[in-house]
Amino acid sequence: MKRFLSQLGWPVGVFIAVLALWYCGTKLFEVPAYILPDPLRVISVGWEKRDNLFSAVRISAVEAGGGFILSVIGGVIIAFILAQSALIRRCMFPYTILLQTVPIVAIAPLILMWFGSGIKSVLLIVFIICLFPIIANTTQGLISVDQNLLNLFRMSNASRSQVLFKLRFPHAIPNFFVGLRISGGLSVIGAFTGEMFASSNAVGEGGLGYSIIYANSQLQTDYLFALVIACAALGSCFFFTVVFFEWLFLHNWHASAMKPDAE
Amino acid sequence: MTATLPSKAAAVEGQTKPFASVAGLTKRFSNGVTVLENVSLDLAPGDFVSLIGPSGCGKSTLLKLFSGLSSISGGEITVDGMKPDDARELMSFIFQDATLLPWRTVIGNIELGLELEGGTTAPQRRAKAFELLKLVGLSDVANHYPRQLSGGMKMRVSIARALSTRPKLLLMDEPFGALDEMTRDYLNEELLRLREEQKWTALFVTHSVAEAVFLSTRVVVLQAKPGRIRRDIVIPFPFPRLPQLRSDPAYLDLVGQVSQALRDICLETKEARA
Repeated sequence: MKRFLSQLGWPVGVFIAVLALWYCGTKLFEVPAYILPDPLRVISVGWEKRDNLFSAVRISAVEAGGGFILSVIGGVIIAFILAQSALIRRCMFPYTILLQTVPIVAIAPLILMWFGSGIKSVLLIVFIICLFPIIANTTQGLISVDQNLLNLFRMSNASRSQVLFKLRFPHAIPNFFVGLRISGGLSVIGAFTGEMFASSNAVGEGGLGYSIIYANSQLQTDYLFALVIACAALGSCFFFTVVFFEWLFLHNWHASAMKPDAE
Repeated sequence: MTATLPSKAAAVEGQTKPFASVAGLTKRFSNGVTVLENVSLDLAPGDFVSLIGPSGCGKSTLLKLFSGLSSISGGEITVDGMKPDDARELMSFIFQDATLLPWRTVIGNIELGLELEGGTTAPQRRAKAFELLKLVGLSDVANHYPRQLSGGMKMRVSIARALSTRPKLLLMDEPFGALDEMTRDYLNEELLRLREEQKWTALFVTHSVAEAVFLSTRVVVLQAKPGRIRRDIVIPFPFPRLPQLRSDPAYLDLVGQVSQALRDICLETKEARA
């Protein structure tokens, strides 16, 4: 945990330095507030509108988090099916790639048409955008098991479920987390995109995506900045939660989660 | 040429039934290449037979055929009177790399063999695993993960796992090939010590002539393309064998004989190509 915090130290330092630079810049060049408000103003406006801000964050967090969890469940199930045979993979994988290549903004209006505007549609959009990295990485992990280990299991008359639970699943965990990291970030983008299309009817009470569009239309650039920062914070929260769990599961044995030995 | 070279060791020990036998074995890959042709080999109970030969002579393939994971093109293999598929419980395999599960501790890895075999409770497995860990001298690192171990230690864990299911036939595919010579010598001695405690029969693939002669009751030299048995050399030294054997003139003489056999094969291959 201590290491986890000290890892945070450097990026936080950079954050403070950027804020300072930003503040000095706006003061020095006298940039108008509606183009680039200084950070203190952003903070004070954010504080004034904290109720709106927090409710926007809460709505987006539920959407992004809910969609993300659904995509983890769905993605693992699909990866499990794909890992069953090369034939299934050959048949199905090209279609899972569609998830990645078709822009979400292109299908968002369709989803809206089918499921109406509201949280259901946003959850679905987040689900779709998060699904592919989880499927691709988890499948890779499930099928890339060392051949000798597989032979060892077979020679010991291991059952299919033993191979799955004692070999394939543990082996896939590092890849699974690679997928989670990518999807964790994407989930916030998904919620944002979803809201732009789906929750525009809910006037005044929307998530971060809706609030940003609204603030932009009202030329409330300072509030808009506060919202953008909240957006970034939410995304970071997701990312670091995933990283924390990754550390929890992998730090004992996997190279990716290990620190080089103390110098 | 070839066909059946009778097992001299079996003949010496009297007419005991071989524990494992390979009869007229042929293996062709699907691309038409014949890796093994009409290979016959008998292993008496307690035999330690090393297979040595140039690459492509099918020694690893022969081992794999014992596991039943690869199909036989002709002839047959029997282990204790059974087909390899039915005799899996009697055999353990040790690979060139230790093939440990990186997410399990040392003790967890040793338990794996018993776990897959079934029929034991978790505390029984733990007790048994600790017993084996003690046997290979690794009690101190029971809760370490494989990444924390040296190559030699990993291999000892792998050996302990293989022995945990009390195999009667141990199949080893260059288990010490990736280790430095000192570690290899040490593990050779360890392997023989374990053999004294748990009587198993062994089929051992190696590239090292010295190792083969030191460990074995017989060294079988194979030639390549297609793989056939060229010579079957009995190593008469009694067990337990001590490290000092390595400087014994009789030992060195046998090492020389095996090396010469390998050299002859290489020369012939070159001439055939020319």
